[in-house]
Amino acid sequence: MALLEVEDLSVWFHTRNGVTRAVEGVSFTLDAGETLAIVGESGSGKSVCCYSLLGLVPMPPGRVESGSAYFAGRDLLRLPPPALRAVRGNEIATIFQDPMTCLNPFLTLGEQLMEPLRYHRKANRKTARRRALELLDEVGIVDAERRFDAYPHEFSGGMRQRVMIAMALIAEPRLLIADEPTTALDVTIQAQILRLIAELQARRNLAVLFVSHDLAVVADIADQILVMQDGRVVERGAPADLFRDPQHPYTRKLLAASRRGHKDAPPPPQREALIEVEGLRTWFSEPGGRTVKAVEDVSLTLYRHEILGVVGESGSGKSTLGRSILQLVRPTAGTVRLRGTELTRLGERQLRPLRRHLQMIFQDPYASLNPRMSVFDALAEPLLYHRLANRGDVTTAVLALMDDVGLPRSAIRKYPHEFSGGQRQRIAIGRAIATRPEVVIADEPVSALDVTIQAQILDLILALVARHDLSLIFISHDLAVVRYLCDRVLVLHRGKLVESGVTETLWQAPKENYTRELLAAAPSLD
Amino acid sequence: MNHAALETERGVSLWRDAWLRLRRNRLAVAGGVTLMLLCTLALLTPWIAPYDYRAQDLALGASPPSAAHWLGTDTLGRDLLTHVLWGGRISLAVGFVATGVALLIGVLYGTIAGYAGGRVDAVMMRLVDILYALPFMIFIILLMVIFGRNLILLFLAIGAVEWLTMARIVRGQVQALKQQEFIEAAVSLGLSRWTIIRRHLIPNTLGPVIVYTTLTIPSVMLLEAFLSFLGLGIQPPASSWGLLISYGAETMEEYPWLLIFPGAALSITLFSLNFLGDGLRDALDPRIAKD
Repeated sequence: MALLEVEDLSVWFHTRNGVTRAVEGVSFTLDAGETLAIVGESGSGKSVCCYSLLGLVPMPPGRVESGSAYFAGRDLLRLPPPALRAVRGNEIATIFQDPMTCLNPFLTLGEQLMEPLRYHRKANRKTARRRALELLDEVGIVDAERRFDAYPHEFSGGMRQRVMIAMALIAEPRLLIADEPTTALDVTIQAQILRLIAELQARRNLAVLFVSHDLAVVADIADQILVMQDGRVVERGAPADLFRDPQHPYTRKLLAASRRGHKDAPPPPQREALIEVEGLRTWFSEPGGRTVKAVEDVSLTLYRHEILGVVGESGSGKSTLGRSILQLVRPTAGTVRLRGTELTRLGERQLRPLRRHLQMIFQDPYASLNPRMSVFDALAEPLLYHRLANRGDVTTAVLALMDDVGLPRSAIRKYPHEFSGGQRQRIAIGRAIATRPEVVIADEPVSALDVTIQAQILDLILALVARHDLSLIFISHDLAVVRYLCDRVLVLHRGKLVESGVTETLWQAPKENYTRELLAAAPSLD
Repeated sequence: MNHAALETERGVSLWRDAWLRLRRNRLAVAGGVTLMLLCTLALLTPWIAPYDYRAQDLALGASPPSAAHWLGTDTLGRDLLTHVLWGGRISLAVGFVATGVALLIGVLYGTIAGYAGGRVDAVMMRLVDILYALPFMIFIILLMVIFGRNLILLFLAIGAVEWLTMARIVRGQVQALKQQEFIEAAVSLGLSRWTIIRRHLIPNTLGPVIVYTTLTIPSVMLLEAFLSFLGLGIQPPASSWGLLISYGAETMEEYPWLLIFPGAALSITLFSLNFLGDGLRDALDPRIAKD
């Protein structure tokens, strides 16, 4: 008998607007030492499926309509709450996407680690501390003794995820549910965390239920993959079979989205320089008097018609570089020239008329749109402000923009919260190209989106670049995306330029160690 | 003018949408209609009040509601309905004008301080702290002593105190909003500071501002009563709801109607304000809208 046997699980949400069938007839089994990956985009029911096993789906509006979930002989769906509480965190542990929001910022990590030991195992302080230190060591926290009394904000994202894993393991669970545990992390850190999970699994004979939106991430670690769409399992199989011979069109779509390929065309001849950055340095002084050298002596040139990728991990200064070029952050030293005009010495007032030539697409389409502005408002504002349209023809111009970025015309009076992430990003892109800029800086424009949506937005960006004669600086931590999109690439590490070159050349023959590391860490289906 | 153009386009979006949403909210509409009714009565008082507000009938004294005096009379035999109507004029005017002053100064001051940040913010907010620390009564008494007692001054004095809290609330809001990417997006569009403040910052601070405003209006009305009680505000025979209530409270055991009717007038106003305020807050937040 398998450790976990889920039979015909259905979870529906009953709301005022009708019934949403979040999970519909899902069955699977999972043995000790095995990894089952559930893959699908947001809204596919993959998370609801896992949380319903733990009794963590809010009920109402949620309701388990049918099915059973036997875990070590007990039906989790029918356990009374106290018994389920004992299972949860004790025999089944969970790690989440964002470790920061799961840790209490006011307690030291040590305190938080010892809590489950003292609660579930009734251990005394001394044993709990010893056990917690062992665990920190096991999940690869260097110098655990010293880090024991640190607070969550003193750790990096990857370290926090390690701590979360330590917390999950502390009660020695038999099943680990990992809900997109690496989505918020950099590629190199992601590779480390995936390796850690695999190691721990082998050592402890853990069963792992791994939820992800990206097939490439689970390719190496999963024994079985379930592909979910609209609450149903559309395909299942071992990764090798699934990748070689996908049956369902949706699986094929997911695969295509993760298997992006690369740019075939040679980069355009480099004649006309639009942006010239020389010796750019952006430092921030922190309250404690410390200076953070976010960007340190970076030079680059963006030519007309070109897509220039800027790659780096979080903290590499790539976002600050973009903002410094736009003068949203004033650089400490160096020059930024737009068609020969030096921007760093211009005052805000002198910059304003130039800004329309230099636009930005932000990472988070939830934060970059004013929640109180309708689509019409958001798109009409730049047009009217820069007098690219007048009151009489602004509606026509807005509708044309909406067509351009693939938004339905009927959406003109809607507000951002009424859209999905991908559609919001379309609004933000529309706003950026409204002023007919020459240069657009895109800062991780697809990182917050599902892979299938990512593919659509990337294709939109490519189409717009061609149609409107744009030159693009594309900032991203996702190497596959950069390879698909960019003509040339810059690699940033800790604020410094590591390597640059034509994308394919760099991919085939990276010169620097760091670049090699980065490329090796990227998840791929091959 | 491109500003004028922006203004008109805005008219067909957030504000118009808000108006449409507000109209669908029955409680808010009821509150608004009641308030308008009260204001109309207050405006028409000189013509519709049944008696002269100075008229006394010492022989009659305090009498319960009757056909001649619908709401009864006070201890000096003055018609209570007349006084509630005249008092409403003062109370509503103080409430709205003083709060309006507080709203205008507070929102602008708070937004500028919060958006400018750094030294400008520090100086502006220290000024607020100093004014906060100044004992309110001394401040008002000082104003009254210097400029003499007059109604406009009373409005301004109360407004000048109430804006401090408003400025703090707005500044906090703006500081949080300023970090948001959509403000950065507005900067990178090349919008001027003033446009960003007007179109992106202020509309997003409105929720708490409206709630605080609906709380300020009644507290201002009571403040006026307190000042009048000390002889710094309205003097008899002129009156206000706050004054009527405080006199009514003294005699509530013998003549309860003297407390009940002015109290009811004030309560109705507060209820209407709250319903209208909540409706406005929801109407101005597209995320709450249910279509």
